[in-house]
Amino acid sequence: MRPRNYLFALAAALSATLAPVAGLHAEEPVKGGTATFIMSPAPQILTSAMTTAGAEQVVSSKISDSLFTYDFNLNPQPLLAESYDVSEDGKTVTFHLRKGVKWHDGVEFTSEDVAYTTMEVWKVLHGRGRTIFGNVEKVETPDKYTAVFVMSSPAPGMLKSLAAQQAQILPAHIYKGTDPTTNPANLKPIGTGPFKFVSFAPGDNLVLERNPDYWNEGKPYLDRLIFRFIPDPATRAAALESGEAHIAPQNLIPMADLERLQASGDFEVTTKGYEFQNEMEMMEFNLDDPVMKDIRVRKAIAHAIDRNWIVENVLFGYGKPATTPLHQQLVELHDDTDVPQYDYDPEAAKALLDEAGYKPDANGIRLKLIVDPLPYGDHQNHIAAYMREAMREIGVDLEVRAQDFAGFVKRVYTDRDFQFTVNLLTGGSDPTIGTQRTYWTPSFKIGVGFSNGSHYSNPKMDEILVAAAAEMDEAKRKELYHQFQKLAMEDLPVFPLAAVESTTVASTRLKNHTIDANGTYSNFADVYLTPAP
Amino acid sequence: MDRQFWTYLGRRAVQSLIIIAIVIVGSFLLLHLVPGDMVDVLGGQRGDMDAELMAALREKYGLDRPVIVQLLEYVGNVLRGDLGYSYRNSNEVLNLVLQRLPVTILLVVCSVITAVFFGTMAGVFAARHSHRLADVVISMVVLVFYATPIFLTGLGLMIVFSVKLKLLPVGGLMTAGFSGSWLELIADVATHLILPVVSLSLFYIAIYCRLARASMLQVLEQDYIRTAYAKGLSTYNVIIGHALRNALLPVVTMVGLQIAELFGGALLTETIFSLPGVGRLAYDAVFERDYPLILGVLIVCAFIIILVNLIIDILYTLLDPRVEISR
Repeated sequence: MRPRNYLFALAAALSATLAPVAGLHAEEPVKGGTATFIMSPAPQILTSAMTTAGAEQVVSSKISDSLFTYDFNLNPQPLLAESYDVSEDGKTVTFHLRKGVKWHDGVEFTSEDVAYTTMEVWKVLHGRGRTIFGNVEKVETPDKYTAVFVMSSPAPGMLKSLAAQQAQILPAHIYKGTDPTTNPANLKPIGTGPFKFVSFAPGDNLVLERNPDYWNEGKPYLDRLIFRFIPDPATRAAALESGEAHIAPQNLIPMADLERLQASGDFEVTTKGYEFQNEMEMMEFNLDDPVMKDIRVRKAIAHAIDRNWIVENVLFGYGKPATTPLHQQLVELHDDTDVPQYDYDPEAAKALLDEAGYKPDANGIRLKLIVDPLPYGDHQNHIAAYMREAMREIGVDLEVRAQDFAGFVKRVYTDRDFQFTVNLLTGGSDPTIGTQRTYWTPSFKIGVGFSNGSHYSNPKMDEILVAAAAEMDEAKRKELYHQFQKLAMEDLPVFPLAAVESTTVASTRLKNHTIDANGTYSNFADVYLTPAP
Repeated sequence: MDRQFWTYLGRRAVQSLIIIAIVIVGSFLLLHLVPGDMVDVLGGQRGDMDAELMAALREKYGLDRPVIVQLLEYVGNVLRGDLGYSYRNSNEVLNLVLQRLPVTILLVVCSVITAVFFGTMAGVFAARHSHRLADVVISMVVLVFYATPIFLTGLGLMIVFSVKLKLLPVGGLMTAGFSGSWLELIADVATHLILPVVSLSLFYIAIYCRLARASMLQVLEQDYIRTAYAKGLSTYNVIIGHALRNALLPVVTMVGLQIAELFGGALLTETIFSLPGVGRLAYDAVFERDYPLILGVLIVCAFIIILVNLIIDILYTLLDPRVEISR
């Protein structure tokens, strides 16, 4: 059995020749200075090894490195792992670790840290850990710089998920033998990353300083990196304009402000660096509902909605109308050839409703329905409001129901007392990480949030998804996911509305903030700040 | 302070304890009536939750037991001074609340002082010039402030003083990573508090101004004011020493009544100006269904509000000897 060895150097050389990228500059970096980063919500702890919360991921990735980072096409690039081998059968993955890396307290980073974090933290406590690392049976550590993952079956998706936001490594010498969820180091982190912890004022700010002993010599360029937690969207824009902050990622600046900020010439907006998230605005139909069970009703609703209108007006053009359940950013897998489309066509919608037996009454009303938009940001509410108007045109009287996040999760995934949602679902860097959950029969579990909310079950679909998840051959995998996209749009348990593009707004003085697929989730070792004019 | 006073204080303390007990039991039950618990939220945020793991988490956090058992246990813990643990924050609830409380208290106290001082001054001035131009202008201006929502005032001030003039910071309690002497620290915090305090107090200035003006007008017509003038006292002495002291009584009552409302207003101000106060702590905790943390904030705030009202009642007896504490 000859292992396949993956060299990063080639991939790195290739990616360097790619088209110029927002925030990537070739000139001599400026050393020193303090960059201020706007974040909201405020992180509650300072490690992301055991949480999927966005703020924790963004701040802690600067403090602690991961095995890999990923270029814009999601090819792994070396960080703490210098190279890796995968055995022929895909069941053994060996990571060759970088030598001479030190934790911020001076202890050496070794394979022991990788083994501990994988088996006792990621697999047990991380939100997606059981999906990503479920097949890892044990991690062997033949020497200090080699970590061997022994798998029960191959998991090609795992290799796409080893960046800091999914898989941050914790120091075993500090965590081992403790309850990681209450370890004091969660609030005073010790990492391997380019920045060291200085102070944390919960709800206010986090101050990090340059790690002079960083393994990548000469980096980072910044002396200090400050995070400020600003809950009010208008205040965030003000903080950028007053010059107090330099960067705000993840749509933290209201889309309505983007044009003004860009026009000033002091700020640039980029949609790169979110290749990992692949968020989709989607309608989940409750297939347990007697009305929604009828595919003609679902198709009628799909035809009644103008996805272009949603992209133009709700997302301010930051997105694309969805054509399949997969985000267009998943360039290697997204494929809409021969995939059924439901173009905006109110007449077709009415015909489908006629066929389903929903004739208009004296007031022109055929059907009363209720939509539950996900209360997370404003987009889902705006889309639901648009739908109410659009549905009226085909004789559907739509009520928009409001509740808070916990109430929504309980209604949809526990009580199952809903007809359809407007939801924001994260596709992830690979369909096995996110999208599969929406369509796979075993994912339907009462009480489990954002997991097959439709209660969709098609044995053929399950077969495709399981085969694709373990398929090591790229071409075969692509073909399987093409079949998935076709079947998903034929059965229509979920109607994908829009592939969302998230935005990062940054001062034009801040360079290199988005140089790979991790965007502002990366470690910021390359970021520098040019002097104020 | 005689025996009567101590009896009074004892009675008030018992009353306060009853109120706090009602707050604890009431908020506990109300919270459990709201659909969705912390595990639902966790399950929503992480992707791979399954029914067994959720059951295990509910067991770990004690959410699987009957509400009445949880309530009794909670009350028992509170009596021992233990407000519980917030798993979301990896910290003791009491620590979290005490970390944030000083910020809110600082904001509220500064705003009350500003609002009472400027409001009363404006009211006294308006009363002295009642139905003349100064009175009309003052009344109009304070009414505009009263009618403007706090977030609008706050953002407006921020755009002028932070974005355009770049004089004051847009928010936060102090410069992140501040290092310097105590005096520099105080100056730094003060600079950060100017805009929040002004936004919060502008709204309340109107109330104190109207109140002071009305009660001042009433007092100025009393016989003893004429007597004071007749004795040959200066206008200043009459207004401040004789009239204002009596006119202040309704203002003091209002402070007591409004302290609870100010905690609510502080939430908006804390949000706009990114101040890490208890208002925001509670707000975030509600969305995460972090029961121990929400209850902790409620209990501590209820305690403070009751304490402030007690102090104000005592102040009353000092300001107005006619008020008998035995009643």
